[in-house]
Amino acid sequence: MEILAILIPVSLGLGGAGLGAFLWALRNRQFEDPKGGGERVLSDQWDDKPRPERD
Amino acid sequence: MADLTAAQGFQPRIGACPACDAAPLAQRLADQAKAAAAHILILSLPNAHCALCITQVESALLAQPGVRSARVNLTLRRVTVEAPGLQAADLIPVLARAGHVAHELDPDALSSTAADRAGQDLLMRIGVAGFAMMNIMILSVAVWSGAEAATRDLFHWISGAIALPTVAFAGQPFFASAWASLKAWRLGMDVPISLALILASAISVFETTQSGHHAYFDAAVMLCFFLLIGRYLDHRTRAIARSAAAELTALEVPRATLLSGIVEKTVPVAELRPGDTIRVRPGGRIPADGIIVDGTSEIDRAMLTGETLPVAAAPGLALSAGEVNLTGPLVLRVTAAGRDSSLSRLASLVEAAENARGRYTSLAERAARAYSPAVHLLALTSFAGWFWTSGDLRLALNFAAAVLIITCPCALGLAVPAVATAASGRLFRRGLLIKEGTALERLAEVDTVVFDKTGTLTLGQPRLMDATVIPADLRPLTRALAEGSSHPLSLALAEALADTPPAVLEDLREQPGQGVTARWQAHRVSLGRSDALHQDDTPTLSSWLSVEGRVALRLDFIDRLRPGAEECVARLLANGLWVILLSGDRAAPVAALARQLGIQDWRAAVTPVAKAEAVAALADAGYKVLMVGDGLNDTAALARAHASISPASALDAARVASDMVLTGQDLSPVADALAVSRLATRRIRQNFAISIGYNVIAVPIALLGLATPLIAALAMSASSITVTLNALRLGGGSR
Repeated sequence: MEILAILIPVSLGLGGAGLGAFLWALRNRQFEDPKGGGERVLSDQWDDKPRPERD
Repeated sequence: MADLTAAQGFQPRIGACPACDAAPLAQRLADQAKAAAAHILILSLPNAHCALCITQVESALLAQPGVRSARVNLTLRRVTVEAPGLQAADLIPVLARAGHVAHELDPDALSSTAADRAGQDLLMRIGVAGFAMMNIMILSVAVWSGAEAATRDLFHWISGAIALPTVAFAGQPFFASAWASLKAWRLGMDVPISLALILASAISVFETTQSGHHAYFDAAVMLCFFLLIGRYLDHRTRAIARSAAAELTALEVPRATLLSGIVEKTVPVAELRPGDTIRVRPGGRIPADGIIVDGTSEIDRAMLTGETLPVAAAPGLALSAGEVNLTGPLVLRVTAAGRDSSLSRLASLVEAAENARGRYTSLAERAARAYSPAVHLLALTSFAGWFWTSGDLRLALNFAAAVLIITCPCALGLAVPAVATAASGRLFRRGLLIKEGTALERLAEVDTVVFDKTGTLTLGQPRLMDATVIPADLRPLTRALAEGSSHPLSLALAEALADTPPAVLEDLREQPGQGVTARWQAHRVSLGRSDALHQDDTPTLSSWLSVEGRVALRLDFIDRLRPGAEECVARLLANGLWVILLSGDRAAPVAALARQLGIQDWRAAVTPVAKAEAVAALADAGYKVLMVGDGLNDTAALARAHASISPASALDAARVASDMVLTGQDLSPVADALAVSRLATRRIRQNFAISIGYNVIAVPIALLGLATPLIAALAMSASSITVTLNALRLGGGSR
């Protein structure tokens, strides 16, 4: 049963990483334009580098 | 205003705490952001739909000097442009050249940030609850499959360590709303939810300290998760409707041309004061109530009274905001503006009428009213029963908590929002926007439909009935004459004769209110009204064409039907609904339209107050009325009716007063809306039946004390998923 001491923290850590990613996406307004995000993939502009943000 | 707040932020103060000093700083930063936002233009792009559109719009805008950045939001069909010093009017032609229609949106009217934040807040709580639920479930599965003694206790402790902070954080919306309803001495749906959350957590902590067999940490967190999803769906449906409604409002950026001395200045309508002198160009909407001081013209009062025929206007005539100036420029002295104008005065009438409708209780409220006391009673009975028979307080509390958890309205909380989301999504794709939460339910009860004529069943745009009455040799001349005026009848005539090349006329002159005159091959020709020569009281819209030396010709026009109007009325009649036409227009055109659409009951020359009274009388007689109208004269009736729909072209006041707005020109979604709303109400009832069915099976188990955390988890998730799937059946179908 010593394995639990490793497995439980690992599973919590993985879950926590997922939660962190979700909260990061939420804070960075990744859900603001889901349709546009899907379509922008098809555009050949800004393919070689990320689009510069000017906020 | 922003400067003032910013200046306050700079005031030196002795900080009692760092946070207090940080607050004005944050305020100042927010104000700076607002100032930067002044450079931001928002344009609506109704036709943008693909990756190519994004690229075209953004590159066209970025190529424009002065544009710093442009970002298309395809979901909202908007582009946000940062362009200091540029106006929307500079950018709209740029987009038009790139092949895109764009409208200016008023950024102030789109202040949906508060709603956005609430939605993000709910999403974050869902995320946290979902994370906690997954981890606790992993541990719970081990307990259910037979973890013993120390392992079980360890798992319970870890579950508790995850669950308690989660419930405290994710349950806040429920606790807050339960507290609010308790303070008002009511038992809302959130009271049993909060009680179940708190009791389940407390019992589980106690059981864990006693190394008990059952802990309900998983149930408590799962409850939070499912109920938050219901809450979020509810919030999103409303937020989408609100932002789309705000977009409709933002489309009209109201401005007026103010005359001070000899200088003309464009100002927002809100800045007009009584006594100001304003100019209204032909084709413009009157921005405020006023009296004509200079100029003659014709006035289209269709929005206010439903009359299709324009009224002659001369100095001394009082005009109301919302009317449209047709032929000549007018100078007005403002008598009442903004909140005092006749447009706003009608608002009080609307408010009174809305109060009558506000008493409607939704299906969810009715369910909650019956449900909450029953749940509390059941839990109390089980506690009392077990305490009395066994005398064991711990056992009795455990079973009471199990009853509360099992009966908790998890599926009930999802039953209505899931259906509303699916139904409003489906209607939105068909071109109908639902503004009110209970509108769908009210619409489903409707048995009578009252239509307005001008602007609702018809477009309020005349069309030449028969072009062949004009002899071929007179057509070029007629077109040239018609093009000399912006009167709606002239526009319709020019459109009907679009194939004919216009003749060359000399001395073309428009006499506002009378018509157009000119010289053609040494003949005097004129087009317009002819009360002077021909006293006509024909029922139709008509105009006279006279050429010197020939008999004057009467040109008849009819008002154009709104697309889908015939189909819509036919479908409503086929469904056995009582269709009534109430119009402020004269009897003859109303009768003609009623005959054309097959409407048996119609009334003409109805005043706005009489319209509202007619709707109220129908309501008193027990009919559930759906009012469809667009004008100011319909506003009170729209607010008084059981449910109401207005087209997007309607006046602001009418759109505000109605529950649903048609986003396109087509009227046929009205018939769809009735069908979908009935289906939606049936689904809501089915969902209630499903969740009650689960309870009927699970409650006796809980009462008998046989409920384990496993059974609670199964019942809860199974009923929630069934209810959601049942609701989703509604969304598909017509894409």
